[in-house]
Amino acid sequence: MTENTKLIQGRTGPWEMVLGLEVHAQVASNAKLFSGAAVGFGAGPNAQVSLVDAAMPGMLPVINRRCVEQAVRTGLGLKAQINLKSTFDRKNYFYPDLPQGYQISQFKEPIVGEGEVLVELDDGETITVRIERLHLEQDAGKSLHDQDPDSTYVDLNRSGTALMEIVSRPDMRSAPEAAAYVKKLRTILVYLGTCDGDMEKGNLRADVNVSVCRPGAYEKFRATGDFGHLGTRCEIKNVNSYRYIQQAIEYEARRQIEILEDGGKIDQETRLFDPGKGETRSMRSKEDAHDYRYFPDPDLLPLVLDEAWVKAIEDSLPELPDPKKARLQSQYGLSAYDAGVLVGDQARADFFEAAAKGRDAKLVANWVTNDLAARLTAANLDIEDSPITAGEIAELVKLIEDGVISSKIAKDVFERMWAGEGAPGEIVEKQGLMQVSDTGELEAIIDGLIAANPAQAESVKEKPQAIGWFVGQVMKATGGKANPGTVNQLLKAKLGL
Amino acid sequence: MCSSDLSLDQAGPIARNVEDAAILLKSMAGHDAKDSTSLDIEVPDFASFVGKSVKGLRIGIPKEYRAEGMAPEIDKLWEQGVAWLKAAGCEIVEVSLPHTKYALPAYYIVAPAEASSNLARYDGMRYGLRVDGANLTETYEQTRAQGFGEEVKRRILIGSYVLSAGYYDAYYLKAQKVRRRISEDFDQAFEKVDALLTPIAPSAAFVLGENADDPVAMYLNDVFTVTVNLAGLPGMSVPAGVDAQGLPLGLQLIGRPLDEGTLFSLGGVIEEAAQFKTRPQRWW
Repeated sequence: MTENTKLIQGRTGPWEMVLGLEVHAQVASNAKLFSGAAVGFGAGPNAQVSLVDAAMPGMLPVINRRCVEQAVRTGLGLKAQINLKSTFDRKNYFYPDLPQGYQISQFKEPIVGEGEVLVELDDGETITVRIERLHLEQDAGKSLHDQDPDSTYVDLNRSGTALMEIVSRPDMRSAPEAAAYVKKLRTILVYLGTCDGDMEKGNLRADVNVSVCRPGAYEKFRATGDFGHLGTRCEIKNVNSYRYIQQAIEYEARRQIEILEDGGKIDQETRLFDPGKGETRSMRSKEDAHDYRYFPDPDLLPLVLDEAWVKAIEDSLPELPDPKKARLQSQYGLSAYDAGVLVGDQARADFFEAAAKGRDAKLVANWVTNDLAARLTAANLDIEDSPITAGEIAELVKLIEDGVISSKIAKDVFERMWAGEGAPGEIVEKQGLMQVSDTGELEAIIDGLIAANPAQAESVKEKPQAIGWFVGQVMKATGGKANPGTVNQLLKAKLGL
Repeated sequence: MCSSDLSLDQAGPIARNVEDAAILLKSMAGHDAKDSTSLDIEVPDFASFVGKSVKGLRIGIPKEYRAEGMAPEIDKLWEQGVAWLKAAGCEIVEVSLPHTKYALPAYYIVAPAEASSNLARYDGMRYGLRVDGANLTETYEQTRAQGFGEEVKRRILIGSYVLSAGYYDAYYLKAQKVRRRISEDFDQAFEKVDALLTPIAPSAAFVLGENADDPVAMYLNDVFTVTVNLAGLPGMSVPAGVDAQGLPLGLQLIGRPLDEGTLFSLGGVIEEAAQFKTRPQRWW
């Protein structure tokens, strides 16, 4: 760990930041946590609301087995303790988009306990972020304040949708670490299929807890577990992009340092990030904090899981990013970097593996992570929607391996594949792009060149690197199709090198 | 039907006689997939228990139910009830439910706590009365101040208080622990007896609205019945006599969990013996 990069220089000396995150991930399921209403994006206002979600008198919650399964799956993916018994509590507060007047959540006994996430940073370092807990809870509806000057409209489509709140320990020490943690968590959730990870739609969002302390204090906290060593924290609510997470943290840490250096103290409060201004502002202080009057929900019995059921879920887990990365490195001889890029997106890794069977894997990885990735990004396409198939990339690489085309010609073939001109073999055939390896044909060209440029041929004997000029001329004469290996071999023989 | 205090509430039939109550309960009971607290078990034919012999059943008389200051007529009726069941072949056993005295305070913590949360949905936002105020908080306040009656408001206030940060452990959590003790009292009693016989209330049925300005007096009237709600047991009230003013008095039968059948058998015996014919002159 390079201490220095994490220090923030203040007027009175260096500071460090301490970060803990609460990530809210919408559970991927067809129906809500306690009702049969559909979950989805883009339905008309209040079109996905059951009598339970609207809290009509007499309506009672019934747990959705699928949501429980997804929470367990996520817990297993985070290498976390699965609690076979958990309970639901009510968090009571009044708001028009909260029809019941309480949110059903898990306060005392969450479904998932301690786990951990390995986070790779850009500099190659890996940190471990400890997970404190994961619990299931209902989302609220949405208040629309901009539809009418005098009224607030309420859309209950989201009301009752299942969320997983994933709470980390205060294990992150910089804004990039926090963003990398969310990115890794998101990748794991998407691999598991338990959350679509769509941050733009708010399906994954983070509450960020920020505090600052002097160097050394954090180590004391880790050694003792005593939060007294750390500074007072502020919670920044609902930040929904990697960039905003970093901006909010940088701003907030600076703000706290300024207050402390001016001799002030930090009020524990909830703050909001304003992306327009790039700053955080107070939402409510500790004194104004709601008293949520938590108590066990009498409408729901404790949730008791069957150990065999949990085991069956565990057995059905997909290969997760960390083991997949290790396997790609050992099985295909890829670098840690290439393997890391590939596993960042499950579909990209699958695409790679489909193309790499029996081929030069390193070459396949290059095509997938460079040329194809660049084209897809520019066209705003996911790899699942790639117009070029894994089979076609494999075919292209085979053409290179077999010496049918050069790497340079392959670029041209790739562009034609992207343009929809067909499979690589067809394109090479149709466009006559095959390498000329026919020694007779090449010999004739080389003989002609030497005869026409005797001075050049002489100089090569003193300056062997000047052979490049001849190679270039042969390529020009063949339209780039000459096999460079064959050309070199012939030239050396004929020029007497 | 809507919840007030769901962990205590239970739907129950009120009927002209024991057999009707049995028929009504049979048609009401059963698994409800939309209620997570409902049991998925077979519903017995309760009516077939009415008229069945109770010979050899052991009936517990909890000594803690001899409340101080209880009307002598009620004590007398209780003894009468014992005599009726004895005559029908039951064996009478004195039992102890030592935590009974804590039942009422526990009940009046748990019930208002749940009510304060269950009734939060009546906020004027989606249905029912709405009284608009200058802002959201005022709208909530006025709607709920006008929409709820005095007793409901009282319970919401008590309930919000006992669930508040800093009070939860002292009140709600303590009450739940008391609840567990009360339940254990019954478990122990039911090792020795098949059912319990008690008065239904420490005084005769009072007139509607009579105790409205003395809520504590009203709550005290529940002293014999809240234990059943706290412990989750079936209970049955059978009218069995009248006091000097001609107001009805009842006996309560308490059974093991899910043993309503035995209560219908015993209730039938009391009904037969009591020959209670009094009818109210008016309903309200």
